[in-house]
Amino acid sequence: MAVELDVFVGNTTIMDEEVYQLWLDGYTVNDAVKVRMVSEGMEEYEASAEVVMSDTMDQYRTFQMCERLLHNPTKLANQLLFQIPPHRQAMLIERYYTFDDVFVREVLGKKLSKGTKKDLDDVSSKTGITLKSCRRQFDNFKRVFKVVEELKGPLVENIRQNFILSDKLARDYAAIVFFANNRFETGKRKLQYLTFQDFAFCAGQLIKNWTVGAVDNMVEDMDVDLDKEFLQDLKELKILITDKDLLDQHKSLVCTALRGKTKVYTEMETNFKNLSRGLVNIAAKLTNTKDVRDFFIDLVEKFIEPCRSDRWASADMRLYLTHYTNSAHLLDTFKYQVVWDRYMGVIKSCIFKMYPQMSTFSTPLSGIIDQRFVHVKRDFGPLGRLSIFL
Amino acid sequence: MPGKLKAKIVAGRHLPVMDRASDLTDAFVEVKFGNTTFKTDVYPKCLNPQWNSEWFKFEVDDEDLQDEPLQITVLDHDTYSANDAIGKVYIDIDPLLCSEAASVISGWFPIYDTIHGIRGEINVLVKVDLFNDLNRFRQSSCGVKFFCTTSIPLCYRAAMVHGFVEELVVNEDPEYQWIDRIRTPRASNEARQRLISLMSGELQRKIGLKVLEMGGNAVVGYLQCFDLEGESGIVVRAIGTACTLDKLSAGANANAYTHPNTAPASNACNSPSKDSKESPLAHGCRSTHNSPVHSTCSAQRLSQNFSVSVPTLIFAGMGSGGSVGKEAGPLKMLLRQQTQTALEQREFPFFTLTCFPPGFLVHVGGVVSARSVKLLDRIHNPDEPETRDAWWEEIRQEIKSHAKALGCHAVVGYSESTSICEEVCILSAAGTAAILNPRYMREGCLDIGSGDHSCGFCHIPYDELNMPFPAQLTYCYQCRRQKVPDVLFTTIDLPTEAAVSGKGCLIQARLCRLKKKAQGEVNATSISNLLPFMEYELHTQLMNKLKLRSMNALFGLRIQISIGENMLLGLASATGVYLSALPTPGGIQIAGKASGDLSNEQHVLSIQKRINDAMAKNKEMYHINPPELSEEAAGSPIPEPKQRSRLFRSQSESSDELSELDLSHGKKDAFVLEIDDTDAVEDIHSLLTDAPPPAGFYSCNTEVMPGVYNWTSGLQMFTSVRVLRLSNANLTNQSLNKIFTDMCENLLKSLYFKLRSMIPCCLCHVNFTVAVPEDELIQVAVTAVAMSFDKEPILEKLGDRANEDQLQFPMELCAESASVAISNLTAKFTATSVDYGSFADRCSTWLELIRLKAHTIRRGSVKTISSSERCSPLPEGRSRSLRSTRSSGGGGGGTAVTVVKMTPLSFLPGTRLIKYLGIINMFFIRETTSLREEGGVSGFLHTFIAEVFAMVRAHVAALGGNAVVSYSMKECVFMENPNKNQAQCLINVSGDAVVFVRDTDQEATPTLIHTSCGGTDGPT
Repeated sequence: MAVELDVFVGNTTIMDEEVYQLWLDGYTVNDAVKVRMVSEGMEEYEASAEVVMSDTMDQYRTFQMCERLLHNPTKLANQLLFQIPPHRQAMLIERYYTFDDVFVREVLGKKLSKGTKKDLDDVSSKTGITLKSCRRQFDNFKRVFKVVEELKGPLVENIRQNFILSDKLARDYAAIVFFANNRFETGKRKLQYLTFQDFAFCAGQLIKNWTVGAVDNMVEDMDVDLDKEFLQDLKELKILITDKDLLDQHKSLVCTALRGKTKVYTEMETNFKNLSRGLVNIAAKLTNTKDVRDFFIDLVEKFIEPCRSDRWASADMRLYLTHYTNSAHLLDTFKYQVVWDRYMGVIKSCIFKMYPQMSTFSTPLSGIIDQRFVHVKRDFGPLGRLSIFL
Repeated sequence: MPGKLKAKIVAGRHLPVMDRASDLTDAFVEVKFGNTTFKTDVYPKCLNPQWNSEWFKFEVDDEDLQDEPLQITVLDHDTYSANDAIGKVYIDIDPLLCSEAASVISGWFPIYDTIHGIRGEINVLVKVDLFNDLNRFRQSSCGVKFFCTTSIPLCYRAAMVHGFVEELVVNEDPEYQWIDRIRTPRASNEARQRLISLMSGELQRKIGLKVLEMGGNAVVGYLQCFDLEGESGIVVRAIGTACTLDKLSAGANANAYTHPNTAPASNACNSPSKDSKESPLAHGCRSTHNSPVHSTCSAQRLSQNFSVSVPTLIFAGMGSGGSVGKEAGPLKMLLRQQTQTALEQREFPFFTLTCFPPGFLVHVGGVVSARSVKLLDRIHNPDEPETRDAWWEEIRQEIKSHAKALGCHAVVGYSESTSICEEVCILSAAGTAAILNPRYMREGCLDIGSGDHSCGFCHIPYDELNMPFPAQLTYCYQCRRQKVPDVLFTTIDLPTEAAVSGKGCLIQARLCRLKKKAQGEVNATSISNLLPFMEYELHTQLMNKLKLRSMNALFGLRIQISIGENMLLGLASATGVYLSALPTPGGIQIAGKASGDLSNEQHVLSIQKRINDAMAKNKEMYHINPPELSEEAAGSPIPEPKQRSRLFRSQSESSDELSELDLSHGKKDAFVLEIDDTDAVEDIHSLLTDAPPPAGFYSCNTEVMPGVYNWTSGLQMFTSVRVLRLSNANLTNQSLNKIFTDMCENLLKSLYFKLRSMIPCCLCHVNFTVAVPEDELIQVAVTAVAMSFDKEPILEKLGDRANEDQLQFPMELCAESASVAISNLTAKFTATSVDYGSFADRCSTWLELIRLKAHTIRRGSVKTISSSERCSPLPEGRSRSLRSTRSSGGGGGGTAVTVVKMTPLSFLPGTRLIKYLGIINMFFIRETTSLREEGGVSGFLHTFIAEVFAMVRAHVAALGGNAVVSYSMKECVFMENPNKNQAQCLINVSGDAVVFVRDTDQEATPTLIHTSCGGTDGPT
């Protein structure tokens, strides 16, 4: 004797938020039933496993039927199959597109291709997020990417309108799309301490200031591609490090301004040329796609790490960068003030965001060992992973 | 040329991709009515085409307008091969033929394909211009309104109730035609859908003609069913009650009578006593025929046209002895004579209504039912309706004679049903024998409230000295003047005036009986032999369960018996209540078969204790506290020899056993269950295993739950279907019973769990249907509505009662002097204008009564009811449909979909129905050859039911409505073949499309009615 068929259909589609979350998290029906049986309030209804099982199956079926519509959220509002009150629709969409920060950190900046999708089982075992959930999140990224890729107008607004997401979530997706498009490297061990939200902030800065959209808001891909002209112009900044006079002048201006105001004055003074070269070289190389990808790693290696090893506090760093930027305006022979501001504005806010707090940065970056493992990983592919754990 | 039908195809959206190469579709539309077809242009390469076609005009007879649906087919144009069909929309244009209903159909319809389900949507506009028809011999009946609702529709007043109308049409089933071997499943399904649509149209037209002949203008309680007889064809049959309805004037939001949800019946009955008398117990069932072996003779007689008449049981309240109160006797006689004259002109004094204006129902006798087993392969002319007509005629005659036996002239709450398995068919009819007020049969008398006691309907209609069956009578616990039975079973809803103690509850009796597989007459005979036993058992179960809950009356009783190849399923559902007018039910006494056996006795004692505990618990749970009655007030107990009977499970009755039993149960009389055989053990077991609903839940199968009044607007209609596969080949009756009972109980438990967020909540109109789709399968389908209510704070309740008492006063007065009443009422309005919303409904009812009496009432005095909010004069539905017509842009357009509420009840709490837009009667077939891919049988059926809901909602929205009331799923035939990865399902649903407004938008009413009367559809 077995239940052959068991369905429940309401005129208003009944959806339990708790079960929805379990479904989104990729639980199987059986696992979901186990979780529900021990959750609060169940004994109140004297719910037997059988009843909970029936309910869970039913809900899962409903979600599966809805999933097609969730892929195209604008359809959800004017489809006729399910009668769902508007606030529930919003909840369904928002939850469906919500992602785990741990997961997105793993794929941020990677190409949203089939290859990456194949590696999701690794991501799943590493993050503890079920493969099903990983796939959903990955497919969401890919879907949003595909839809907005070809659209004109501001990126965040496009995402919000096409997927009916909240402002916050739309911004996060804009960051993901931006990272995926420019393939920024975020997976290196040195960048591991940065959260998705750190990167999302930086992405916001880059989109706002460095893309085509920052100057013209009616072109395709305006918020996704960096402004080529601007990148070309950045080469001109090299004069700050190649012209010895200019470099010295810049240094003395900064030193004058900072003397007595910071505890790490001497370290700053000795390192000035190094740091300045670092930042300007990053700017000059951004015309190469490869170097664009390494933008964040460069920021860490060329600026953050040296500062950290000299034990600069955040305040010191902030003070330094502010004066470093402003002093350039006082250089008579430096003519690229506009480009400089556009460049340094973003660099400043990115570094401010990325500069680690003392506590999160207990040991100096264990660069050498990590590098080796990363190389191992790169050379031997999947086997490399094993060596990390060994 | 009496009519011009105009249709315009505006746009499509969300179309499926038909061309794999381009991922697009070249869609065009064919519009067909009768034999005329129009086509739109091809809209190339688009999934959201904008055809914006011209008006396609069909000039047709109104007869065709009634029969035919408008058929819209969406196709994908293909240059080289045949065009692919995307799907179809059938639009029933009947609502447009009625001037009061919708004037335009406009909106998005799901494009439906019987293989793929819903595939996008299409925006259509349909209008009808009717010309005046001078032909007196016309075949059409345009303008007759149809209602599924089994009471007088809320915004109408019944000027006259004419009586029973029935009709039946037969056609060959396309699935059984030779051509079916060579055509595609899609073509076959579509042929069937179209045929049934045509047949329902024809049926409705024919019934309409009968109504016009009787002088009526509407059919209320319209119940249409179809029988898939297989080889012998498809039968579509319908019954209803012809009425003359008057639309209530604008602004009057009153229903002709108070709805139970707004007017709690007063619990104040005169004060019955529990221990004042020793009325002997009774078991309440008797077969009017002596034995079930009635069929042997008929079997010989009917070699060609096999028919077995099944002995029928009359369920009723029982009583005996005593004499009539002096004043009541002659009156009753007079009444009977009057009614007789009014009703005897009718062939069948049947009423499909279950809810009546106060005073309509004078007395209720009890349930009458008849069943008959027929062989379908013996029909002479399968294509002609005569044979089936004769069958039903036979059954109706039987019902009529049963009603007579109960001293009644009418049958109310009447319904008919069938169950078919291969060539055997059971025809069933059931209703409640009753005596009706003769005044209601004459024109213009329907509005007078009856001055009768609220207990009147409980009083026995039959002659005490000439009882139709042995029964126990007592004097009515309310009026003390007339006799009442100790138990009352009915198929109707609880009358609004009835005084009830506590709340009601859903009571179900379930039964499975195995039978041998057989063919033809042998099979039919064995079925008909089993039927009376099944009815008896179901009745016993109901009675036991009713007693266990300390209740004394059943309403909405519905007994379904379903046949399968190797078993019969019986399911009886009803709502139990404690009627204050009826005596307190006695306890249940358990008796062992033999004394002396110590262990056995202990066993008996323990069971007895459990039963007593359960009864006490139930009393508390359902708040049954009938007021105590003082000894003298109870009146003289009816002199009666102290006799006791018991329920014998075995066929033989041995009177000497009687002495061994201690039947006393406290001071009251007991209902005895003897556990001397396995059947009885099983009975007791099932009695105690029925789990009560969890805290915060109530359930009933009637319109509303007695004892629950303050509904919120939160409601959820649902359909749930379960199919169980019996794996064990050698099942016994007992184990099968247990399986079936558990299945029903588990289903209820699942429903409670699913709807837990609505607590406190009541499942109303719980409608179970059982079927045996295949050998080892049991299918149970439930449709019901969950409605949440406010837990009433005691203070408010008291206040409410006080208000009501005050209101009752002017109402009674109004019969004599309206002016006094008005002044009285106006005074009240001004005084209590603060929290008016809560009982505005009730007031308006009284108001309506007064208005009808005296037209002097001024608007000004009524105005105080409404808070003067004029913010949104249009109900959601209407405004939306208008908008959608304009912004037919489609695509990703931001137009929100209208929310369409659905309920099996005739009303929506917290709202007023201001317009009935017409009947919704839809039939769909869905088939799949990729069952696994669609999520198995559950996935398949889940999608299909959701699609059916969606299509109903879309049609209602297109008519400009925002709700469906009296919704029911009358058929859900599910067949599967998992090995072939195939399944097929047929669903038939019906209901009334309506426009409602919230109670708070008082001012909206006049505006809207004005607009709609003008026939224009513009926004105000």
